[in-house]
Formats: sequence, structure tokens, C-alpha cells
Amino acid sequence: MTPTISLEHVSRSYGRLSALDDVSLRADAGETVALVGHNGAGKTTLMKLILGLIRPTAGTVRVLGEDPAGRHGARVRARLGFLPESVAFHAAMTGTELLAFYARLKNAPLKANPEILHRVGLAEAADRRVGTYSKGMRQRLGLAQALIGEPGILLLDEPTSGLDPDSRRQVYETIAELRGRGALVLLSTHALAEIEREVDRVAMLHRGRLIAAGDVATLRRRAPIPARLRLTVRHCTTQRVLDAVSAWATVLARDPERLELAVDPAYRADVIHALDALRDVIDEVEIESPGLEALYRHLTRGEGS
Amino acid sequence: MNALMVIAGQEVRAGLRNRWAAATTLILAALALSLVLLGSAPTGTVGASPVAVVVVSLASLTIFLVPLLALLLSFDAIVGEAERGTLLLLLAHPVARWQVVVGKFLGHGATLAIATVAGYGAAGVLLAATVPADAEAWRAYGGLIATSVMLGVAFVALGSLASIVVRERPTAAGLAVGLWLFFVLLYDSALLGVLVLDQGTVLSGGVLDFLLLFNPADVYRLINLSGDGAAALLAGMSAPGDAGSLPVAVLYGALAGWIVLPLAAGVAVFNRRHP
Repeated sequence: MTPTISLEHVSRSYGRLSALDDVSLRADAGETVALVGHNGAGKTTLMKLILGLIRPTAGTVRVLGEDPAGRHGARVRARLGFLPESVAFHAAMTGTELLAFYARLKNAPLKANPEILHRVGLAEAADRRVGTYSKGMRQRLGLAQALIGEPGILLLDEPTSGLDPDSRRQVYETIAELRGRGALVLLSTHALAEIEREVDRVAMLHRGRLIAAGDVATLRRRAPIPARLRLTVRHCTTQRVLDAVSAWATVLARDPERLELAVDPAYRADVIHALDALRDVIDEVEIESPGLEALYRHLTRGEGS
Repeated sequence: MNALMVIAGQEVRAGLRNRWAAATTLILAALALSLVLLGSAPTGTVGASPVAVVVVSLASLTIFLVPLLALLLSFDAIVGEAERGTLLLLLAHPVARWQVVVGKFLGHGATLAIATVAGYGAAGVLLAATVPADAEAWRAYGGLIATSVMLGVAFVALGSLASIVVRERPTAAGLAVGLWLFFVLLYDSALLGVLVLDQGTVLSGGVLDFLLLFNPADVYRLINLSGDGAAALLAGMSAPGDAGSLPVAVLYGALAGWIVLPLAAGVAVFNRRHP
């Protein structure tokens, strides 16, 4: 079976500026993939390539087996939902009117629109002018138009930027629901810590190059970043604890009652086991696993940025 | 429904919603009505029909006002969408690029046409109720409305082109003002300057007529102020040159060209642009 989206050695440059450099990526139906990277890393360029708005300078892009910038591009785009970054809709129109406009452009039935507005929590505000909407509501309207016509592929550019935690949760709930229906969701974000539990796979872009791609656990294994272990122990027992785990951990900080250790992820289980035997002297244990944030910093440091 | 008509319809709806159409209709109606009410005064000695007087004076003012309104409406078409971030979204739909440009042009053109027909039509109704006039005069008034719409639409096309060739909204606004200054004010002055320097040695009337075709505002002037009958007689002083040697069909063709060519250029540029 051909993957839903496939990029093979894709490069895109604007004049001498290289926006994407030899990127290969595949994604299938039912997956949620996060595109992660700093501003200008090439996330939006990648989305434009998938939408067929620009052509690659090298390599091939296939969406649903077709070239999105080719002759059947319109057919591909009819099955895509897209939320651009920082979109501002016509302020004089109501939510219902705007959604009707985009539904007509997509040849989708208008009668599904009230349900879509309800899904993103805009049912009550549907007949108010967009000019009166808060930023979160406008973003949700943007998400609503991306949902028109039950698209098989959703491209969401920074879907949660500028949203309050409640609205963010709502966005992720919608994404989870889409995944449940078998849609492929590709979202770009800066908020690494936030998406860890929300996505299946992560693709990290740095200066137009794909520096890492895979599921979160695999990516963590790839980067030898130690986990941090914070212990609160009975007075003057730090040495006893340290003796038990010194084979796998290095000390980051210590005082008579507290201990902070760096643990190689490969020996995390051994350390936990050893600490279990010292249960009587340990009051508190806190393990901090390296997040994607730390991983991204680790990987980009190697790039000499 | 066709994407072209969906986009055009949305523009008309936006024009009606933000009261642009209403304001423009009021401006044009007020202008025409004031000319109707004042226009009958100077007719005594010349003996022209009051309708012809209104046609000539309204045409002279239309040349200044309608292009400006058209440019104000259209300069934002593409560059405004780009700045709001909705252009990318629009192009991500199953629509062709030319449909975006032409659809917006049709929407803006229709909005301006509605305002012009309503505004000048209202004045026409008042005129019909107050003064007697023959069929000839009404034909001239109908021609005035039709050509005013064409003039407006030509400048909508020019404004759309301005909106496509630049990257920022203020630049597009500046370019629109520049277009207005050039075609409405500077072109004629420059032509007049050349004529004065030339003293009739090289430039013949035919060459002048030909040069006037390169300005939609002048084409409009030629049709309405020198076309035929009473209007031409009245307009003798305000007509730009020794006009009238060109057949009316050529003039209408030139005005239509001023609609089609900028639009085609806009589509060509937009097709090559990176969104």
C-alpha cells in the first residue's frame, strides 16, 4: 500500500536560500505526526509542498499517490484540511457564513457545518461577527474550516499557538478524535513538551534538514541524555544511597538530605531496583525523563548552531 | 457551485456587509442628484436638453471619482488576503489561481456596478420626473451609466493588478494612488504639454486620438463628451482634443481592452508567484 504522504529526498530553495534540504518522510492514515523546529526550520515550506502550493526543486512529493502540484492537484486538495499559521478571517462575516464559503469552495455539503461548529465549541458564537471573537475562538474557527468535508489528511500549522490551556486541550481532543476516525494529522509546533503525549511520531527539522524522525521513545533512546533523579533522604544517609547506585549514576548535587543524580537511561531500571532496597532511608523520589525539548536541544547542538 | 462564482459572491457579500456598496451608492447618487438639481440653470442660451447638460457634467466628475472608488475597492484584493493569512488557505482549496484573481475581480466589479447603476439610476429617475427630454438624450444617459460601469471595472482590473504585483498592503495603496494620479490627472497634462511644444508640426489629430486610447479615462471622455449630438456641442470646451475622428466601436473596444489586459497580466503574474 502506498503511504498517504511520501516525500523522497525533497529539497526546496528560494534563490540561494535553502528552505528544505534532502528531506524524506512518510506518513500513513491514522497517524499523528508532529513537525518540530524553530522558526524558519522549514515546517511551513513542507506543508506548502504537501498542499502543492509550491514545487520541490529536487525530489518527489506524493499525496494519496498523486503529485499535489500536478494536474490532479485540485483533487488532492479537496481531500485535505489545512489550518494556516496565524490566520485572520474577514471580521465582518459571521462564523456560519465563513464556514459556508469554505464548504462551497470544497464542494462539501453545508448541512454538516453546524455540527462542525459544535465540535470546536463555537455553536453559540456561530452567528456572531468574527470581529467579536477572541483569539482562541478565531483559532477554533480556523480548525473548524479545516474539518470541512471530513478530510483524510489534516495539516495544522501551529494549531495551539496563543491559546489558553483549556482551548489547547480541546484542540488535542479534536486531533485524537480525528486519529480515531483514521485521518492522518500532521501538525507543526514549537511546544515540544506539550505534544509528547499527543502524537505518534515526531519529525525534527533544523535549518531545512530532517535531523531526527521516529516515535518519541525511539528518539529518546537515540540521544544519550541522562534522566535526572532527585532524592530526599534521611539525614546523613546520602553516602549509603550513593554507594548503592554509584555504578550507574553520577552526582549532580548533594547536601546532607538531598541528592541529585544523572542516570543513564539504559540503567534506569537497575537504579530503581537498587533504591527499592533502601526504602527505609528514602523519603521522596522524583524522576525526570528527558523530554523532546531536551532532545531537540541536544540534537541541534551537534549541528553547531 | 463553481469556485469562481463562490469567490465573486463572497466579495459582493463582503462589500454589502461592510457598507462599502451602500456608501459608494450614496456618494454617486448624491453627486448625480446635485447635478440634476443644479444642471438645468445654464441651458437657456445654448438650447441643449437638460439631460445632455447632466450627462456632460456627470461624465466630467465621474472621471475623477469612479476610478478612485474602484482602486480603493480593489487594491486590497490579493495583498490583503496575503497579509491576513487567508490567501494561503484559499489556495489550499481545490481552486485554480486564475479563479482567485478573476473571482475577486468579478465580485469587486459587480459591487461597483451595482453602486453605479443604483446611484446614477436614482438621479435618472429624478431627472425623468422633472424635465422633458427626447429619446436621444436618454440614450446618452444610458450610455453614460454603461460606460461609467466599464470605466470603474477597468480601474478595478488595474487595482487588482497593483494588488498582485506588490508584497505589502501600503505599497499597493501607494501604487493605486499613483495609478489614479497618472491616468486621471497627469496623462492629459503631459499630452497637452507635448502638444504645446509640438505646435502641430508632427502630431496630427489622428496621432492624438491614438494616444488617448492609452488612457481609459480619456477613452471614457471621448465616448461621453464627443460622441454625438447635443452632448458633443455642449462639451466642446471640456473635451481633451479635437476628438471625434474615431468610431465609437473602437472606443468601446479600447475600454474593454483596459478591462481585459490588466486582468490577464494580473493572472499571469499571480500564476508565477510563490504563495
